[in-house]
Amino acid sequence: MESVARSQSTVGPDTALPKDATLIYRQSRWTRLTHWLWAISLFFMLLSGLQIFNARPQLYIGKESGFAYNNTVFAIGAENTANGPRGYTEIFGKRFDTTGVLGWSGPAGQETSRAFPSWATIPSYYDLGTARVVHFFFAWILTTTLVVWLVASLINGHLRRDLVPRIDDLRRLPRDIIDHARLKFHHSREYNTLQKMAYGGVMFVLLPLMIITGLAMSPSMNAVLPFLNDLLGGRQTARTIHFVVMLLLVAFFIVHMLMIFAAGPINELRSIITGWYRTDPPTHGSKTPERSA
Amino acid sequence: MAKFVVSRRKFLTSASLGVSGIMLSGCDAFDSQLRVGDGLRSFLEGANGLTWRAQRLLAGDALAPEFTEADIRQPQRPNGVTAPDDDVYKGLLANNFADWRLEVSGLVEKPLSLTRDQLMNMPSRTQITRHDCVEGWSCIAKWTGTPLSLVLDQAVVKPQARYVMFHCLDTIDRSLSGDIKYYSSIDLIDARHPQTILAYGLNGKPLPVENGAPLRVRVERQIGYKMPKYLRKIELVDDFATIGGGRGGYWEDNGYDWYGGI
Repeated sequence: MESVARSQSTVGPDTALPKDATLIYRQSRWTRLTHWLWAISLFFMLLSGLQIFNARPQLYIGKESGFAYNNTVFAIGAENTANGPRGYTEIFGKRFDTTGVLGWSGPAGQETSRAFPSWATIPSYYDLGTARVVHFFFAWILTTTLVVWLVASLINGHLRRDLVPRIDDLRRLPRDIIDHARLKFHHSREYNTLQKMAYGGVMFVLLPLMIITGLAMSPSMNAVLPFLNDLLGGRQTARTIHFVVMLLLVAFFIVHMLMIFAAGPINELRSIITGWYRTDPPTHGSKTPERSA
Repeated sequence: MAKFVVSRRKFLTSASLGVSGIMLSGCDAFDSQLRVGDGLRSFLEGANGLTWRAQRLLAGDALAPEFTEADIRQPQRPNGVTAPDDDVYKGLLANNFADWRLEVSGLVEKPLSLTRDQLMNMPSRTQITRHDCVEGWSCIAKWTGTPLSLVLDQAVVKPQARYVMFHCLDTIDRSLSGDIKYYSSIDLIDARHPQTILAYGLNGKPLPVENGAPLRVRVERQIGYKMPKYLRKIELVDDFATIGGGRGGYWEDNGYDWYGGI
């Protein structure tokens, strides 16, 4: 608003608004650069992480894995049945048949026993050592990027201006939920309440939790930060949390993609590549904001 | 202002197609660049050196967490080779390891050949620690053994030595050039760490065969594959490029990171 008002006063009140007044510079280069570094790192970390999980497709609660007792809360496996081998997924002891995707998968006639299917892992074949190499390389990239983003966002005001929740956000929340449910989007400089919650949740809860639970699984880091596993409930609980946060990040990614497609993929992509974003034209007196996609 | 409306169905279809397209690309697209020795692979492996240096800087001599008797709830889970099929090993086992010796050689002033009794007569350390397998599982157990630093002091390590190689009695794999015996290596910082012991006792009893009798290494700040079982020889070296596959150990030769602190 400020910049529009200023340009009007310099060129004179008779001059019409420039044709592209709705095009604004929304995302700084730091936001764009870190966004894409995360996109790449999270892609590789997810697929290598699923490969690592395949080496021991069970999750436990506690300091250790129960072999002489049961503290398993999640398992993927394969079993022989009267109808041939089947894949299963077990959550808190409740078993689901997941043949074809989880536990038993592969091309017809060449199915193998593997927790996550070949198309969801890097490498596609079983190779724990390589998956760890890939996972830890991108762990460094992801963590460094988070620190760079935090510093840049503190300096350039992204954090204060766009992400810090305000009283207004709370007031707008019910309306915002309804608008999202109806795929009705407003294109403005500011993030809406749900966006702030989603982005803030990823940056300040999910990614830090991912890094902390990741470090808690490292035997050397246990020597540096012995309280970490006590706080998290033991190394195997940390591993389970690591997995659950992965699921939440995947859920975020799916919603993120859906929202981009719904809100106008060209405009959204342009803003995260070039920084420029087309906002809704001012709606004089109109009570219902325009729905655009 | 151009404006177009996307129907809900069309939107959901295109969105799900986009998402599945991204997922499918994971498949085998990267396989060919990730084999040991490939350029991209070697580049990615550089992160392990960074992790090693960073953790050395942060950890210093800090001890791995130790647990209480109440935390020992099950036998130590054996892994890898659990009953060596090697004639030499079976011969030593038949005689209750009376003829077994631990050789200490390489870059030392005084090479050693120690019997099990000699090792057990040295000061010992007992610790209840958590074993973390590279696969992802953990198991808590009580280990008793001789601190490796005492053995190194007795052998007097030469200043140019940088790594301790552990050579084992068990055959882990076979290749065209013959049987491959398990081996691995650690740096001298972990070798001299107070919790790094040559263990001969497990949960108050002599170390069982399945867990590495007569002697195995405990390196409590690293992953399980860095703690060889069925120990035969300790060799001090300044470089391991000419040993085995040149990457410092059996699993390391097969693509696992040399530093296993993570």
